[in-house]
Amino acid sequence: MSTFVKFIIDGKICLSEEGKQLIEAAKENDIYIPTLCNYPGIPPKGSCRICTVLINNRPATACTTKVTENMDIKTSTPELEDFRKAVIELLFSEGNHFCPSCERSGNCELQALAYKYRIAVSRFPYFFPERTIESWHPKLIKDHNRCILCKRCIRGIKNNEGKTIFAYGRRGQYLEINIDPETSKNISDELAEQAMNICPVGAILVKEKGFITPIGKRKYDYNIIGSEIENQ
Amino acid sequence: MSKKLTIEPVTRVEGHGKVTIQLDDKNNVTQTRFHIVEFRGFERFVQGRPYWEAPVLVQRLCGICPVSHHLAAAKAMDVIVGAGTGEGLTPVGEKMRRLMHYGQIFQSHSLHFFHLASPDLLFGYDALPEKRNVINIAIENKDLAVQAVLMRKFGQEVILRTAGKKIHGTGAIPGGINKNLSIKERDELLKGPNPFNADMMIIWAQGAIDFFKNYYKKNKDFIDNFSKFPSNHLSLVRKDGALDLYHGVLRAVDANGKKILNDVDYQDYLEYIREEVRSWSYMKFPYLKQLGPEKGWYRVGPLARLNTVDFIPTPLAQKEFEEYKSITGKVSNVCLHTHWARLIETLHAAEMIKNLLNDPDLQSDNLVVKGKKQKRGVGLIEAPRGTLFHDYEINDDDQIIKCNLIVSTTNNNQPMNEAVNYIAKNMISGKSQITEGLLNAVEVGIRAYDPCLSCATHAYGKMPLEIILINSNGKIVDIKCK
Repeated sequence: MSTFVKFIIDGKICLSEEGKQLIEAAKENDIYIPTLCNYPGIPPKGSCRICTVLINNRPATACTTKVTENMDIKTSTPELEDFRKAVIELLFSEGNHFCPSCERSGNCELQALAYKYRIAVSRFPYFFPERTIESWHPKLIKDHNRCILCKRCIRGIKNNEGKTIFAYGRRGQYLEINIDPETSKNISDELAEQAMNICPVGAILVKEKGFITPIGKRKYDYNIIGSEIENQ
Repeated sequence: MSKKLTIEPVTRVEGHGKVTIQLDDKNNVTQTRFHIVEFRGFERFVQGRPYWEAPVLVQRLCGICPVSHHLAAAKAMDVIVGAGTGEGLTPVGEKMRRLMHYGQIFQSHSLHFFHLASPDLLFGYDALPEKRNVINIAIENKDLAVQAVLMRKFGQEVILRTAGKKIHGTGAIPGGINKNLSIKERDELLKGPNPFNADMMIIWAQGAIDFFKNYYKKNKDFIDNFSKFPSNHLSLVRKDGALDLYHGVLRAVDANGKKILNDVDYQDYLEYIREEVRSWSYMKFPYLKQLGPEKGWYRVGPLARLNTVDFIPTPLAQKEFEEYKSITGKVSNVCLHTHWARLIETLHAAEMIKNLLNDPDLQSDNLVVKGKKQKRGVGLIEAPRGTLFHDYEINDDDQIIKCNLIVSTTNNNQPMNEAVNYIAKNMISGKSQITEGLLNAVEVGIRAYDPCLSCATHAYGKMPLEIILINSNGKIVDIKCK
């Protein structure tokens, strides 16, 4: 039988199973903690740092921290909000994110967070890196311009043999996530679709499906990211 | 001694240009040039992108007629996905696109005539700049100004319901469309409370033609003689010779109306069209290959279209077309007749919008069709400003490897240069000073083509319209900048 613990988020008394990811426990209590690298059902990584909160006044990522009795959590202070904005701005500066022509526009979590935090322009200089597009795969495209290296795809997308179909390539500032030619052979349409949907940005695309969802029907056309949790 | 005058706000053309006028010892005009000196290069940076991205990416060329680029690219992609050229789509696919396009024509033509061109007609090209603008139209003719705003708004609302956004939507996808028109959306446009419905737009479009015809009666000499020169004319026409702004075959006629390009398939446009590059402008000079660059240049746009087509397939516009033809003759080579032709097209667009809204095919769910994939596709459309060419090649991995765009205004490059030359020779020769009225007269000639210079050269940033007067020693006599 599960043990429930009591904890406080932004002054609100909350209940959840002991040992649950804080980000999930908050969600159960209708509190949204922003994230890009975390995805329900796959192991947390803590790579994007956007879910950083104050736990008993010390910063920690909500996706990798398990909830315990009497935790006192602050998800939104001016410093935290500015930190999150800075991380989002860094991601825009580091890659080539051209929302106007991106088929994930309206369904993109990075774009949705930028709207949530009212980011009009990055405070950091843009790198404009020269990056390529992997389009050799018959069903998928990997656009390195847009990849934020969150690793959701590596952790979450496996073939019938349980092997990941995405893998790291290159090193350091040139690090990229590639489609593995061996493990991605003969993947089903469903798995290709899952790969596209697990990507928080437009870095993984199913071929020839772009712009099929009309404006107005896309996930964040009318709803701010997180509102589906906060408005429950 | 040279001097530079600056007039703000900037001039009423979309994009920015420069005019140079060369004089001899007696201050006669020896050479004029309409320069476009900015460059961006969409054809290059679309390379490497997935082909289905093109209709959304390239429409960012323009904020005035993005629908035209969106649809021209989508038509090219139809060919690439094996959906055929124009007639291959499902009925809802083709008709939703047509509705989007006629909404675009309606709003763009309304914008141009009322907001950009009408101040010259109402106040005179030599009126003071502070008088000669759309604000004074609103002050002196409130009803006309309100109509102008609402007509443009109606066209934008049509685009919103077909493309998802008023500017830079995503409606057209390779092989079709991503949405149909709901009954609610249809009724908002068809049965909206007055004046915001299709019927009232038809009435207002007729009123705009009457406005021009009344002006023409009083100012026939000015309209007919301000700028005229013989040229070829090119456009798409429907296979039966009707005006069709969405799809058709390529037809060109010479200055006397003789067919010189006889209803050819635009997939083969490179067999007939060439582009010349000149060192002093980033805008190319297209011409008909068979006639060469000297004699093969042509006009596109409303004037050219009404010269190439045999009839207009909507009754009210056809009636106006007949009256127009009875006055202008078989072919008009008069620049300012373009305004008249544009207004007839505006009425045609309003009629087409109403017809399409009444078509139950728009509520169908059969949105997309695909066939055998091709490596190359060409999409042509009659944009508000004229024939628009999009040509793409892809590789085995679905990436665009080559792109060629011939934008409407590019097609009108030589005609605009001819207009500038005509006006300069008739109004400047022998004078050493450029008056403000002259500056605007040159603009009026350019403006008749409703040029979108940013589209044509893919320019960005602010560049003013500049006129430079140079004497026979190469010395700058006068510069005026708007």
